[in-house]
Amino acid sequence: MPEGIIPELLIVLALVLLIAGVVVATRRRPKREGVATKEDIEAVEPAVETKAEPERPTQEVIETPSLVTAEPVARPTLRERLGKSRKFLGDRLADAFRGAPDDATWDDVEAALIQADIGIGAATKIVEDLRSKARERKVTEAGEVRSLLGEQLVELFDTDRDRALGFASDGPPVWLVVGVNGTGKTTTIGKLARDLSERGRSVALAAADTFRAAADEQLGIWAERTGSVLIKHQPGADPGAVAYDALQHVRAKGVDVLIVDTAGRLHTKTPLMDELGKVRRVIEKESPVQESLLVIDATAGQNGLVQAREFAEATGVTGIVLTKLDGTAKGGIALAIENELGIPIKLIGVGEGLEDLEPFDPKTYVDALLT
Amino acid sequence: MFDTLTGRLDDIFTRLRGRGRLSEKQVDEVLREIRLALLEADVSLKVVKAFVKDVKERAEGAEIHKSLTPAQQVIKLVSAALIDVLGHEAVGLEHSSRLPRVLLIAGLQGSGKTTAAAKLARLIKSDGRRPLLAACDLRRPAAVRQLQLLGEQVEVPVYAEEGAPDPVAVAGNALAHSREEGFSDLIVDTAGRMHVDKELMAELGSVAQRVDPTEILLVCDAMTGQDAVNVAESFVAEVDVTGVILTKLDGDARGGAALSMAYVTGRPIKFAGVGEKLADLEPFHPDRMVSRILGMGDVLTLIEKAESVFDESEAMAMEEKLRKAEFTFDDFLSQLKALRKMGPMSQVLGMMPGMGKLSIGGDEVEAQLPRVEAIIHSMTSQERNDPAIIKGSRRSRIARGSGTSVQEVNKLVKQFDEVKKLMKMMSGGKGGPRLPKGFKLPPGVGI
Ligand SMILES: Nc1nc2c(ncn2[C@@H]2O[C@H](COP(=O)(O)OP(=O)(O)OP(=O)(O)O)[C@@H](O)[C@H]2O)c(=O)[nH]1
Ligand SMILES: Nc1nc2c(ncn2[C@@H]2O[C@H](COP(=O)(O)OP(=O)(O)OP(=O)(O)O)[C@@H](O)[C@H]2O)c(=O)[nH]1
Ligand SMILES: [Mg+2]
Ligand SMILES: [Mg+2]
Repeated sequence: MPEGIIPELLIVLALVLLIAGVVVATRRRPKREGVATKEDIEAVEPAVETKAEPERPTQEVIETPSLVTAEPVARPTLRERLGKSRKFLGDRLADAFRGAPDDATWDDVEAALIQADIGIGAATKIVEDLRSKARERKVTEAGEVRSLLGEQLVELFDTDRDRALGFASDGPPVWLVVGVNGTGKTTTIGKLARDLSERGRSVALAAADTFRAAADEQLGIWAERTGSVLIKHQPGADPGAVAYDALQHVRAKGVDVLIVDTAGRLHTKTPLMDELGKVRRVIEKESPVQESLLVIDATAGQNGLVQAREFAEATGVTGIVLTKLDGTAKGGIALAIENELGIPIKLIGVGEGLEDLEPFDPKTYVDALLT
Repeated sequence: MFDTLTGRLDDIFTRLRGRGRLSEKQVDEVLREIRLALLEADVSLKVVKAFVKDVKERAEGAEIHKSLTPAQQVIKLVSAALIDVLGHEAVGLEHSSRLPRVLLIAGLQGSGKTTAAAKLARLIKSDGRRPLLAACDLRRPAAVRQLQLLGEQVEVPVYAEEGAPDPVAVAGNALAHSREEGFSDLIVDTAGRMHVDKELMAELGSVAQRVDPTEILLVCDAMTGQDAVNVAESFVAEVDVTGVILTKLDGDARGGAALSMAYVTGRPIKFAGVGEKLADLEPFHPDRMVSRILGMGDVLTLIEKAESVFDESEAMAMEEKLRKAEFTFDDFLSQLKALRKMGPMSQVLGMMPGMGKLSIGGDEVEAQLPRVEAIIHSMTSQERNDPAIIKGSRRSRIARGSGTSVQEVNKLVKQFDEVKKLMKMMSGGKGGPRLPKGFKLPPGVGI
């Protein structure tokens, strides 16, 4: 028998592929009934507006959000917030950074990085680079390794990168919030709405999660708490239609920012990812999407990278929101996402409250990671 | 994604082909790969270390099976060690002599507690019991509403107190209520909490104390990374966790958190959440999880099953046909019969590594099968043996005969052709037959 292949399995595979292929092919045909599709929405679109290729408005960054610039208000620093419950790599490394660096030091550093969910491949590489740097600079004290490691980690980020959320120069900016189930999308939207409304911007929230039980009511409570407008349809309605209506509302009423909440979905579910792509296209027929924010749970392991890749493909992710950093998880996978996929981490979530959202800053993050 | 460990072990094992005992050096080399694979699958480092040590000890004391290749020996050892941690079989809910039996659901934010509570209610109800759900998450916006809606969907009543501030009191009242009304089970949904939040953890302890649960089920997201071990340690320290529910297994996370959870809690993983719908709860199968964590799909089981339903010499002949792209619709029909003996399509599909990406439910496949069969049955035997001649008028005749559409016939014929090509490609080429990416067979199998 030829090596590595089993005839039985090949047959199963052939049959399954064949049937699966037919199912997929036939399934794409029927349209769901009673649900507005993109075509329906195109039909209600005023013909005048569709003719010319709309000029892509330049993205203008408004410097106001406290999420972007440091606020003078006395708010606890990230390290203080995080310090109350968690120690980053700090205490794990305390021992490692004593005496002269030896094999144990490097092993400890690698272990700490792995435990931060940075990924075994990345961890190994960081430690290798660190070792050669330490050799080059003739580092004799393990304590110095810490600052070298800090440098090394910060270098993984593009520190010059603009991490502010995008605003449009004309018309209200649209921010789409996406991610797998339960990562904190709806809560993050509540926090964003508060931040905007605190600085005098009116906000509309579109409840385009029409699937999850009480998702619209959950968003409704955040809308109430932040004085935002909620646009919702019936449960089970087409999410694209909700987004479209919200956009019309925002234009008619001159609302400043539209944030669209979407249902959590696993990136492996093609129909659901297609649906998300559709929501985006529905919006983009009318107005560019300034931000498509992918919410990643800091507790997530290596799958986070896969998520980011798939969502980026489906909706063109412009930034990452890393939530639940108030636990002991370090969210190292976000580092891999930024480093490998070039998607910037823009915000971090550090609690369930309205004010528990912060701008992401690589240096602060790495500092907190090592202290 | 699915071929990391198997690929690496393959490399090692091509160097150690042959039979006999593994040398210590070989064992170490293999263990290093196992360690990597486990870390890539998100098993917590602490657990990986302990586990690898355990496997090493087993390898040293292992009896040598003459009939096994080194690859098979290692896979067997590692699988056995993993099964020992994850459990040998699916474990159901504890019984309770008292009524109601109380199930307390706890876990981190967004892990899937509320959904799991409703899924359990549905399952218990289908056993002919009378469960009551208690809404004790008073923190998250609309959490009570969410549970009420889910309760409606599964037709299980929900105990809730409008505007109540204290979950401990609500839990106590729910218990009293369920006793009065003679409910058989009380399922208590609680708010998500960070394991480092002392206040909330203490609150969970108080809820547990108040309702004295038969089961305290820790809900854990299958996508969880290294932190799983901290989470498990903290929850176990606070309450007497009796089991774990692993959610969102319908994704493609390798699910190493399962191993961390089981290792730290010493408690069985009882259920797996495999979707957002309320029927998507399954008993947890440790053997499937082993393959998943090791990145082998469930190929081992699949092979066993396949070997039991396909006649060996026939299978060899069929493989030859596939390899030369001589596979016909007649062959398809006869093999399909055997395939169906392997179990429902959803199961077969579930065992295929990489099939998750296709995102087709096995049920859908199952539902589509009769149409496929009808189309093939409407072909003449000449057509079945030479699909290339199925053109224009033949297609409409077949469509009419099978009560399907010409498009469907077109699709089947086209798909058939593509699969034939794919099979030829897969099994041909230099360096022996190759499965496409994601379909890599585990080493030790078929070597
Ligand atoms: N501790 C902590 N909890 C958070 C944070 N962000 C969100 N949560 C909690 O996580 C849980 C899920 O949050 P949601 O906002 O509902 O998540 P989602 O992504 O909208 O969930 P789905 O719509 O069901 O996919 C809630 O209990 C939130 O309170 C955070 O930064 N820290
Ligand atoms: N794909 C998938 N999604 C799931 C599964 N279980 C739960 N979910 C989804 O995960 C998200 C969170 O589920 P919830 O049940 O609200 O989680 P929770 O733990 O109660 O959340 P909090 O109460 O906010 O802490 C929802 O979008 C659910 O639909 C599962 O097994 N598979
Ligand atoms: Mg939500
Ligand atoms: Mg809940």
